Amino acid sequence: MILNFPFITMVLVTIIGLCIILFRKNLLKVIMGISLIESAMNLFIVALDFKEGGIAPIFTLAPLEPGVEPAAAASAMVLPVPQALCLTSIVIAVATGALMLSFAMLIYRKYGTLDISKISRLNG
Amino acid sequence: MRTITKVIPVIILLAFFMAMAASFDFGRPFQTAMDDYFIEHGQEQVGTNNIVTTIVFDYRGFDTLGEASVLLTAVLGVGLLFRRFSKGEEDEAAEEEDWQEVAER
Amino acid sequence: MRMSKIVTITADLLPPFILAFGLYVIAHGHLTPGGGFQGGAVTATGLLLMIVAYSYKDIAKAIRQDRFKLYESLGLIIVIGVGYIAFLYGATFFTNWLVNTPLPFGTYVPFGPNPGDLNTGGTMPLYNIFVGVEVFCGLTIVVLYMLSGLEEGEGSS
Repeated sequence: MILNFPFITMVLVTIIGLCIILFRKNLLKVIMGISLIESAMNLFIVALDFKEGGIAPIFTLAPLEPGVEPAAAASAMVLPVPQALCLTSIVIAVATGALMLSFAMLIYRKYGTLDISKISRLNG
Repeated sequence: MRTITKVIPVIILLAFFMAMAASFDFGRPFQTAMDDYFIEHGQEQVGTNNIVTTIVFDYRGFDTLGEASVLLTAVLGVGLLFRRFSKGEEDEAAEEEDWQEVAER
Repeated sequence: MRMSKIVTITADLLPPFILAFGLYVIAHGHLTPGGGFQGGAVTATGLLLMIVAYSYKDIAKAIRQDRFKLYESLGLIIVIGVGYIAFLYGATFFTNWLVNTPLPFGTYVPFGPNPGDLNTGGTMPLYNIFVGVEVFCGLTIVVLYMLSGLEEGEGSS
């Protein structure tokens, strides 16, 4: 059980982010909770491709022997594909976070408060 | 919403996620055929030493194009929200509010 | 609203080192960990340090916002253009048309660990540089817009 430490951390951070979204009334704290869930998902993607005793998938000054076979090098390196997918996920989290914070600024300018139980003028 | 309606789904989700996290095999990935192909043929087909960058920009370059467009659209959206109204647009916004008050009466 | 004396002195001394490190991460994207997106974010941090330390009115006169918007759009257009040039060689969109040819960036790399050579990589250094320019200008524009919205909001309400 102790060996699965990254996955247990991911589950705890997701549940904490979900509790923040459900139980808090300030709009900025809800936005922080959404950002926590996105960070936990990035950690989950990167933790899926780890090999015990592996090295980084980069050939510049790598600690391999000079006359190494391709199959032996491929079994000593960590998988590179989930790391590339995590890059895209981080950039999308930045873009949506910037738009959410701009909306929060405009809501405060129009309503004068950031309490989500008072911002309900859409009900006519 | 009452508090008990919010607490029960969180407890159910916590138990389910913990059972799933304890059953993963950390350190032995399941299938590695595609990644082995990328590591063996990345240097002679693309000519770089960094395999992660060849996947981001050469083997899966179309996703990177979409991601750069998402970044541009987000900057465009923020610039649209914070623009300064010229004199004609402010008078139009005031006229719309007057019509709404007349319609309510 | 200016920050205290310690923050302004630090913001005077640090930006050249941060900018140099960011440009190094962008340029060596095909040899070391890094690339376009990461290097662009590091370079934007070097400029944002100056914007945050001084008040908005001092900085808005020194940075020309029209040029930054132009460079951001030009970066994305050139990335799509480099992908279009592959049509001249009879291949599909986004093919690497510079690898294993006598043009610049076209040296052959055999399999195995080696100390890196900057002349390799095909079209990837071009992608790295222009995506880095786009990310750098985009992040600076977002922070400048948010600061200008703050000033106008305090003045009106």
